Amino acid sequence: MAEKPKKPQELVQSIEYKPPRKRWMDTPVEFHKGTFNYSAAVDKLKYLDLPYPRKWQPTEEDWQLPDNWQEIIHKGFKDRLDKYRSFRVFMDICVRCGACADKCHYFIGSGDPRNMPVLRAELLRSVYRNDFTTAGKILGGLAGGRKLTVKVLKEWFYYFYQCTECRRCSVFCPYGIDTAEITMMARELLNLVGLNIDWICTPAANCFRTGNHLGIQPHGFKDSIEFAVDELEELTGVRVNAPINKKGAEILFVAPSADYFASPHYYTLLGYLALFHEVGLDYTWSSYASEGGNFGLFHSYETMKRLNSKIYMEAKRLGVKWVLGGECGHMWRVIHQYMDTLNGPADFLEVPVSPITGTKFEHARSTRMVHIMEFTSDLIRHNKIKLDPGRNDHWRVTFHDSCNPARAMGLIEEPRYVINHVCNNFIEMPENTIKEQTFCCGSGSGLGTDENMEMRLRGGLPRANAVKFVHEKNDVNILLCICAIDKATLPPLLEYWVPDVEVGGIHEMVGNALVMTGENERLTDLRGTPYPEKEGGENV
Amino acid sequence: MKLKEFLAKNKKVILERWFDRIIDSYPADSSNFLRHERNRFDNPVGYTISRDIEYLYDALCGGMADDRLGTCLENIVRIRAVQDFTPSQAMAFIPVLKDVVKETLAGQTGDCSTDSELTDFNRRVDRLCLLGFDVYMKCREKIYEIKANEAKMRVYKLLERTNLLDRESINEE
Amino acid sequence: MHLFFSLAAVLVLLILVFIGVDVVGWRYLFGVVIPIATIISFILGMLYRVIKWARSPVPFRIPTTCGQQKSLSWIKAGNLESPHNIWGVLGRMVLEVLFFRSLFRNTKVSLKEGPRLVYGSTKWLWLGGLVFHWSFLVIFVRHFKFFAEPVPAWVMALQNLDGFFQVGLPIIYLTDIAFLAALTFLLLRRLVDPKLRYISLAADYFPLFLIIGIAVTGILMRYFTKVDIVGIKEMAMGWLNLAPVVPAGIGTLFYMHLFLVCCLFIYFPFSKLLHMAGVFFSPTRNLANTNRVKRHVNPWDYSVKVHTYEEYEDEFRDVMKAAEMPLEKE
Repeated sequence: MAEKPKKPQELVQSIEYKPPRKRWMDTPVEFHKGTFNYSAAVDKLKYLDLPYPRKWQPTEEDWQLPDNWQEIIHKGFKDRLDKYRSFRVFMDICVRCGACADKCHYFIGSGDPRNMPVLRAELLRSVYRNDFTTAGKILGGLAGGRKLTVKVLKEWFYYFYQCTECRRCSVFCPYGIDTAEITMMARELLNLVGLNIDWICTPAANCFRTGNHLGIQPHGFKDSIEFAVDELEELTGVRVNAPINKKGAEILFVAPSADYFASPHYYTLLGYLALFHEVGLDYTWSSYASEGGNFGLFHSYETMKRLNSKIYMEAKRLGVKWVLGGECGHMWRVIHQYMDTLNGPADFLEVPVSPITGTKFEHARSTRMVHIMEFTSDLIRHNKIKLDPGRNDHWRVTFHDSCNPARAMGLIEEPRYVINHVCNNFIEMPENTIKEQTFCCGSGSGLGTDENMEMRLRGGLPRANAVKFVHEKNDVNILLCICAIDKATLPPLLEYWVPDVEVGGIHEMVGNALVMTGENERLTDLRGTPYPEKEGGENV
Repeated sequence: MKLKEFLAKNKKVILERWFDRIIDSYPADSSNFLRHERNRFDNPVGYTISRDIEYLYDALCGGMADDRLGTCLENIVRIRAVQDFTPSQAMAFIPVLKDVVKETLAGQTGDCSTDSELTDFNRRVDRLCLLGFDVYMKCREKIYEIKANEAKMRVYKLLERTNLLDRESINEE
Repeated sequence: MHLFFSLAAVLVLLILVFIGVDVVGWRYLFGVVIPIATIISFILGMLYRVIKWARSPVPFRIPTTCGQQKSLSWIKAGNLESPHNIWGVLGRMVLEVLFFRSLFRNTKVSLKEGPRLVYGSTKWLWLGGLVFHWSFLVIFVRHFKFFAEPVPAWVMALQNLDGFFQVGLPIIYLTDIAFLAALTFLLLRRLVDPKLRYISLAADYFPLFLIIGIAVTGILMRYFTKVDIVGIKEMAMGWLNLAPVVPAGIGTLFYMHLFLVCCLFIYFPFSKLLHMAGVFFSPTRNLANTNRVKRHVNPWDYSVKVHTYEEYEDEFRDVMKAAEMPLEKE
């Protein structure tokens, strides 16, 4: 199980290898290639003013920790216990009933016992007991406590960057213990001594500077949008207007940046553009707030707040009435559960009202930001757009509830309502894999990079397996989702486990089905795939 | 009794033992979950293994088309190719069948099969194992291909706009 | 090791009582001092914990939503699974606390030969937990008869209901059987399932053995040996009236029962048994999913260094100008 080459004799023996029965506390963690993430680039840490930037890698023996690292973590631990009731309560009340154990996609896919949510939390809890409880101080190991050593720290790094903060375990926990919350605390502690991963810090630093994860500068952003406008014209014959940084627009639209740069996200962008044009929405994009996603959520409270601040600041500067948000998962966790608290109150905005249907979005009365699924389903409900679901007949679709919209928002019926109106063939995956029980893509919370691909493929197995089921049984050939991370990471996942199933966004389907005023006959869908020759006339 | 009859008669026992031996290659604390949780969606690993070794077994005992064999082999190997195994550990689940059959035979009284029959069976197991390595390599290569593609897809539209994209190199349909 | 340590700890406690009561004769210590100290320590301990929890603020509203949010008027909202008002939160908490809603959720879909989908469930943990907690509660309440004279009618009613089948002499209480069965199940589960054995600590076995000890001594007293009920009641009333008495003739078995109960209550505020109170403090369950309706204030919020639009434009003004993008300052 190690990376070092072994002698043939050892290899023969290792074929019957069975791990020794040791208690988890005594089993040191090994960094296997393909299961961990690389450390963050020094210049990005410096740009974000994060502590102890240095060159190091997880596989190295010496992590070059600051001399007083134990003191720093101890103090940080105490600080967070005093600041977060969730943290203190979750440290105290777990009874280790095991209900969460087999609910984690990483455990199911990897079989690594420390991927059971209860043990993941115990990694912190054991140190909590040792440092902060009387019983732990006196009884030590007997009370389930242990000292914070470098080994423990490495274990933290390994396993807290193997949790995607998907919150599936918290659905099944009788006390609602949320491993995402525990992971967030652990990552903040690691951050205090300069232990970060690049896939989180680089996008965060880029986003802080340029407004998007890739670090594309304003003119590049403008290019991307204009390019999409051109391409949409080629596909539909309709030239849409897509204003950028326009003062006085009614609505500011914020989408994850992957929508302009990545595939298959891009087709969702075409969908947005077509829809907004068709209903005549007075809106604007912003180059400054061109990122809905917020990798700060995966890093720390402060980074999340710093990145998130742009949305309200930009809404204020442009003088819009309210904000509309695109298809993204963790972006919506931040907007729904954090934004108003972090950077509100948004008293310079108005309570969102759909200019097309007149619907007042009372449920966003305070935050004043509406999810595009809410917006579009309201349009459809009021018959404000003309749809030809037949244009999606080449797709047999199923829907993957993204973790955050499902378990941190309760956005469950809106996307289904839209899908049912824009697609004729919609098949649900089995019940214990959707809605609030949805399985994570296995690459969320900043883990969607290539160096840990094996881990991602394991973690994504439960999701892929459910897709495979509907693929084999119902010939499903596309998995729809409303999350930028999903759209980036599900294609490789499916390519490995269920080839022949594509990934797409719901607004791509909306864009296909949307009958636009003055459009040419659609010869292809938004991906450029030609429609089969029609027999007879068009029956819209 | 011929070996073929023996294998058919003891199919259930052999499969159970084979399954147990495969599951034993996982950490002790997860093997129980993999062993007993037979729900297709909650335990895809255990489910796939238990379902597909049966097909493999039938194929080894004769009488199964190659494409089916390939699929079943692939289903199992695909999972093991991304787990914490060295290549030899990942593939060890096939030759272990030889041991299982031998043990089961040993427990049997009376004259069973001839050595040549057993040698023949073992040879087929070996062939399956070699086939398995092909699949294993295919899976590993796929992983690297996926890694490379994913990086491109992330900036697909940017690359396309700046004409940096070699369209042929991406499996875009 | 955790297992044997816990078992040994409980046995040591029992031996302590034996030595204390039978050999040395410290009946007053075990019958009066310790029980009263227990009550005080339990109350103080719980207060300490609860105050400690309550003093940590809830900076963000982070309910786990297990159902449809309240958004558009024509979409049915799941008020119990994703509460949008106080009634929803109360309902959710009641379901959680009284009926263990989340454990009940363990539904599974399985594929039977066919292929057809079958909806089954693995509710053993839920059932075991529910039976354990409810029978514990009933047994606890039944003990009120020792603390009140005359015994309240509702306690009697509960007791009669519990002994409804009138089997055995003395009448066997249903909850005694259920309690023992559930305890056995919960213990066996930890021992048999390797997953659970792996995660179990001494802190998991110890309370189980303690409670088993309490149950066994209690059952021995009620069904198998004669105990001086009148004397026990006299003693119990003595604690309440702050006029402690130690009637003669109360057997060692009772002291053992009493001492283990004391241990349980002393141990309570320092252990996982706190989940009884903690569940009410869990922010993923006790908050409404009204995040975008009502602003939640973080009491320790502080301002952070942000990247303002002005700084951004200063850095990128040239390229923005070249791309003919609107600018604040030319």
